[in-house]
Amino acid sequence: MQSLYEKPNAFIDTATHFCPGCGHGIVLRLIAEIIDAWGIRGKTIGLAPVGCAVLAYNYLDIDMCEAAHGRPPAVATGIKRVHPDHIVFAYQGDGDLAAIGTAEIIHAANRGENITFIFVNNAIYGMTNGQMAPTTLLGQKTATTPAGRDMVNYGHPIRVCELLAVLGGSSYLERVSLSSPENIRKTKRAIEKGFKTQLEKKGFSLIEILSPCPIYWRMDANEAMKHIDEEMSKTFPLGVVKDWEHKN
Amino acid sequence: MKQLLTGNEAAAEAAIVAGCRYYYGYPITPQNELINYMSIRMPQVGGSFIQAESEIAAISMVHGSAAAGGRTMTSSSSPGISLKQEGISYLAGSELPCVIVNIQRGGPGLGDISASQADYFQAVKGGGHGDYHTIVLAPSSAQEMADLVYDAFDLADKYRNPVMILGDAQIGQLMEPVEFHKKLKKNLPQKTWSLTGAEGRKRNIIKSFYPVKGQLEEFNAHLQRKYKTIEEHEVRYEAVNIHKADVILVAYGTSARVCREVVKKSRRLEFRVGLIRPITLWPFPKEIIRKISEKVQCILTVEMSAGQMVEDVRLTAEGRCPVHFYGRTGGGVPTSSEVIKKIVEIVPDNRAANTLLHLAEVR
Repeated sequence: MQSLYEKPNAFIDTATHFCPGCGHGIVLRLIAEIIDAWGIRGKTIGLAPVGCAVLAYNYLDIDMCEAAHGRPPAVATGIKRVHPDHIVFAYQGDGDLAAIGTAEIIHAANRGENITFIFVNNAIYGMTNGQMAPTTLLGQKTATTPAGRDMVNYGHPIRVCELLAVLGGSSYLERVSLSSPENIRKTKRAIEKGFKTQLEKKGFSLIEILSPCPIYWRMDANEAMKHIDEEMSKTFPLGVVKDWEHKN
Repeated sequence: MKQLLTGNEAAAEAAIVAGCRYYYGYPITPQNELINYMSIRMPQVGGSFIQAESEIAAISMVHGSAAAGGRTMTSSSSPGISLKQEGISYLAGSELPCVIVNIQRGGPGLGDISASQADYFQAVKGGGHGDYHTIVLAPSSAQEMADLVYDAFDLADKYRNPVMILGDAQIGQLMEPVEFHKKLKKNLPQKTWSLTGAEGRKRNIIKSFYPVKGQLEEFNAHLQRKYKTIEEHEVRYEAVNIHKADVILVAYGTSARVCREVVKKSRRLEFRVGLIRPITLWPFPKEIIRKISEKVQCILTVEMSAGQMVEDVRLTAEGRCPVHFYGRTGGGVPTSSEVIKKIVEIVPDNRAANTLLHLAEVR
């Protein structure tokens, strides 16, 4: 009998450390599916961030490296210079990529580093119990914005794709979400496009994935998915922001 | 063939000869000759050169290239080395080999751009967070800069540990004849632990995070065993005129050059001054200093700092003889006359020393 759905080989069979309803497991599984389908386990190197996804290497059966908080773009650059024909990807959260690592991501993009960035935006610092992230929505209550984020004291949510789009070195930027099976399939296609960008040496690619954090959004899993569609997507519109194959 | 090079250029070329093909830096005086030289040489030898967006990014790029199995280096000066401490701690915690050159300048803060040795504590005691050591090598000439940088890559690979070259503005910028007498490294050691893509093998993970209770303590014990092995096998120092010496000077780098002059001047007298010049600051040459402390009247440590290495000298002498200190800070470099005056001060009844002072003043 033909099996229609099974665990990818590159996905390690182990207990998860992620909270119930978290999106990270979905994204990591998508990466593992692509590694299997493309047969690239032997030429892929991944970067794990500091934050909820620090243990990404517990789930992906590939060569992986940790980086200091915010530094995956620089560490990935150092790896890619040694292995220019390998697929190198960095997996980063919003605090890692858009707060402490802002300089590193902007300059990796500006150099046009041939690396794929998988940017999981859940608008919160999950690992440290729910503080404000650079992408936290205006009005959103967190551990450090107890009255809700206001722009006067806390600034605006940062739109990473739009920010990087103005840089000459960025080639492919797309924002997707995990809010439905259809959106998850789109997310997978976007990651594939990122890897393709890299294989064809077209430069910097980043896929921003709107992902649920029901625990620190104080919602149940269904409400969190609805929140992505009804609230988050207003501040962070889904779609291709920049594409080397279809230049505007 | 000898070439006239600055210490900074000697460091860069020695890295190339040692097989370093991944260099990442950020401009800062007084190490600029090094990054400039690398921007020319790396493309010539098919290597990678990046002027990074910050010192933090540069050391993180080193982290990546080291993890991927390459020979890699960064360089900076004191304020920039402070920024690199995050990365150095991660490199030590991930057991990654690399070379970091610190051409020290005056501090604290922005300080100035003249020679200083005020980063000794930072270099030998760890610098970043956690229980770790980098191997620290201290050249006192452009030639020695070349020799030590070359050796630094082998030491880094041998122990999977960061190695720091601790120079200063004078060592980095003076021009001296330099010869690269060691062979171009071609067959570098295989690194089976490195990240190459897990083709036909189990995956490799480079990490310093051990969240499961007990694992980190076990890992730290492993690091401490490694450091003990390094202390047992890798100590280097130079001893000048130490036989039957009355006073021993302990100094490294530029200070050691001044002290060598003091030793030279004292040779015509009955009063004997010797010099121990640590070449490895970590591991510190404890054995020779312990032995000498049993024989001499006193030890004088000379530094371009408010007194940092002197603490290690005192810990090693353990009260067997008095350990004195003479230092200049903020870009000041001790002169031989100043050191001689200090010797006279600490050995007040010695006529020979007074003669020595007289000699120095006549000059």
